[in-house]
Amino acid sequence: MDKVFLTRWFWWVLLLPCTFVGARVAQVVWYDPSALGPDPAQSLVDLFGTIALWLLCAVLFVTPVQTIIKARWLLRQRRALGVACFGYALLHWLSYAGLLLEWQWQNLGQDLLKRPYIIVGFLAGLMLLVLAGTSNNASARALGRRWRILHRLVYPAAVLVLIHMFWVARSDYTEVALYSAVVLLLLLHRWRQQAKSS
Amino acid sequence: MKTPVGSTLTEADVTPETVYLNRRQYLKTSAVAAAVLVAPKLKASESTFGADPAPLWLQSQNKQASPSPFSTTEKLTPYEYVTGYNNFYEFGTGKDDPEKYGQDFKPHPWQVTVSGLAEGTGTFDLEDLLKGLAVEERIYRLRCVEAWSMVIPWLGVSMAALLKRLKPLSSARYVAFETVYRPEEMPGQASFFAAIDYPYIEALRMDEAMHPLTLMATGVYGRSLPNQNGAPLRLVVPWKYGFKSIKSIRKITFTDRQPQTTWQKANAREYGFYANVNPAVDHPRWRQSEERRLPSTLFASNRVPTLPFNGYAEAVAGLYQGMDLTKHY
Repeated sequence: MDKVFLTRWFWWVLLLPCTFVGARVAQVVWYDPSALGPDPAQSLVDLFGTIALWLLCAVLFVTPVQTIIKARWLLRQRRALGVACFGYALLHWLSYAGLLLEWQWQNLGQDLLKRPYIIVGFLAGLMLLVLAGTSNNASARALGRRWRILHRLVYPAAVLVLIHMFWVARSDYTEVALYSAVVLLLLLHRWRQQAKSS
Repeated sequence: MKTPVGSTLTEADVTPETVYLNRRQYLKTSAVAAAVLVAPKLKASESTFGADPAPLWLQSQNKQASPSPFSTTEKLTPYEYVTGYNNFYEFGTGKDDPEKYGQDFKPHPWQVTVSGLAEGTGTFDLEDLLKGLAVEERIYRLRCVEAWSMVIPWLGVSMAALLKRLKPLSSARYVAFETVYRPEEMPGQASFFAAIDYPYIEALRMDEAMHPLTLMATGVYGRSLPNQNGAPLRLVVPWKYGFKSIKSIRKITFTDRQPQTTWQKANAREYGFYANVNPAVDHPRWRQSEERRLPSTLFASNRVPTLPFNGYAEAVAGLYQGMDLTKHY
């Protein structure tokens, strides 16, 4: 199959959640103001956060799935998945800062200094920013061997995201426990692979 | 069944067992009859809010509600949000979970067990507990600790009137409330990873409970409480964060020691016993100096400043005179 087509096709798939959210937003703005509930800004924050989390899990899934079904093409899409994950994490932050807090810089700053779940979330976001910023071929070439090491940042980022979720949870840990189990399994798998190859 | 001490009930009010056992059949028949008789008149409200599934005695007691001078004139939060955006963790953590997963809950028949330092202890049918008490409509602000708020037209009876009927002893300094425990009907209670203990427990100091603003709610928006709002009986304390207003109350206990509440037990640093709305005391998770009055829109979050005691300071600040509210948050 044509490589360029494959890459582009994949990018369109990654935009699907965005069109879904966009459709809901359009519905709220032009048709039914209650389509996202009584607190639409908070709904958007939650939606983008969830999508980013799924994509983060998807990134971590690529290597183990690839070894099982031997789909080399999947490995080539890992960077696209990662960049999309950062994109949705950015939308998650933008909707929190812009829609919920309406860019009150003082409150944004206070949240960032005082509220632990926001601190870890922000740190995870910064890590994703570094990864997305160095995901292009030029950076990979420039960094050489160090690129692979740098991009292992995705693991601490995933752990911080789970802590972020754990601290956001108020009355029940079922959801964060599920995601933690998934991430833990993926990390264990990765660790075993590493042990085997060395 | 015991008769509440000091109530106006007599032996003649006690329902014969045969009638009692047949009451569901009776209710069904009379509900059908009533529906046929009054159908044209009720149509508007039923099409807006759906049929009221509560027993007829409760429906009719709620319908006799009189307006209260304690009501605010602020714009009401629409019914669909009051009943579709809830924190009722017994039914799930999502805001729309209580409406989705609360429908299998059966709030009738309902009994309340009263124990502790009172003369009127025992287990009472809800109907007997409420009989003769005047239902009022009170439009209160509800301020959630998560920094959003609503304006809600509750129906209910004065808590003071209800508690007086139970004749608390002078040694009773606190009153604790407990939500029903039915994990088979409340999926949140059955959760393996629950972060709070069930059954849910809340409590008030006696003078807080007897304060005229404190309401034992039986309805909302002119009809009986939907399951997701705490059917059939819930507390409403408008000057405290929403989590104090415990839902689906099954037990009332009078005590001389400050009870440990569910949220204090789960996280004492975040949730104090008093939980008075206080913009000056920040919460580790949410900024309490302002709130988003729901419904908000996507591009205007409808932020309003949060007032001390949720705007009820004039009425209730005296209860806390001399207390350091940054310590007793």
